[in-house]
Amino acid sequence: MVKQPTISRRNGVRDYLLVRLSALVLASWVLFLFGYLLCHPQLDYLSWKGLFAQLPMKVFTLLALVGLLVHAWIGLWQVITDYLKCTSLRAVALGAVSLLVLSYFGAGLLIVWGV
Amino acid sequence: MLVYFSVYRFNPETDKKPQMRSMQLEIADGSDMMVLDALILLKEQDPTLAFRRSCREGVCGSDGLNMNGKNGLACITPLSDLLGKGNVVIRPLPGLPVVRDLVVDMTQFYDNYERIKPYLINDSKIPPAREFLQSPEERARIDGLYECILCACCSTSCPSFWWNPDKFVGPAGLLQAYRFLADSRDTAREERLDGLADAYSVFRCHGIMNCVQVCPKGLNPTKAIGEIKSMLVKRSL
Repeated sequence: MVKQPTISRRNGVRDYLLVRLSALVLASWVLFLFGYLLCHPQLDYLSWKGLFAQLPMKVFTLLALVGLLVHAWIGLWQVITDYLKCTSLRAVALGAVSLLVLSYFGAGLLIVWGV
Repeated sequence: MLVYFSVYRFNPETDKKPQMRSMQLEIADGSDMMVLDALILLKEQDPTLAFRRSCREGVCGSDGLNMNGKNGLACITPLSDLLGKGNVVIRPLPGLPVVRDLVVDMTQFYDNYERIKPYLINDSKIPPAREFLQSPEERARIDGLYECILCACCSTSCPSFWWNPDKFVGPAGLLQAYRFLADSRDTAREERLDGLADAYSVFRCHGIMNCVQVCPKGLNPTKAIGEIKSMLVKRSL
């Protein structure tokens, strides 16, 4: 008789794809900004603000914020479920991480759409 | 030449906690021996020293040990490879409960192996009259997979297996899972993939390749795990 282990119902394929997809979005956002800074050595506040005031940049930044949320959550969920074996401690850590990543997302959203 | 050993000792019936015990062995200059031979000589000094061994030629997989911090088979590891770094440190395979001294309880390892259904499943309506035939190319796909001797050196060197031994199958089990997924005669591919699609069974492998580094048969479980991940991803897209 094959013993059934206590397997999580969490979909591993979805997590695997989301981590990679979000990494691509984050990398392209960072590379774009890096390229923009290289192309504008005399960058001032007004042109920086002007960049983020455009709708495509707002959408791109929003995608990067969602990417950060997804990437950080899945990555830290994996780290915490690896290293924290005490159930209550694990629940507290996961709660703190979700609060932190959601705060980043909320703050980022306010800043980007406030420009 | 006097060789100094530091050997992990633990008898749960008499000891409160494990300890490393110093032992020494006189070996003729210019000669060499396998670690298993050295352990057998050490056991002559102290008959209470417990370790597993059987074939003494790297085929049975019984004498998997941690030697100077690296897993391997004692019977095919030359003692000369471990000299020159102070004592030769011999410990049981990490991550599994110790039964006594260098003997570990491999129940979890075998449970994980059992979980991947390590046998051919073929539900063909009309079975062939004599045998299931394969082309040379189909047969070649399971090269580098079927040779595993289940010594557990790979799984017990894997941190993901240490942290989640009941959920992550481990490199040895996953190498065998892919051995049957890659077999042209097996018809249970979807069922096998269903059993591996959760967040732990396969996807807790982050490809650090400890398993590849220690495999005494020179196999590549990380590559097999990558193939399983690709199959799962292709299936879901």
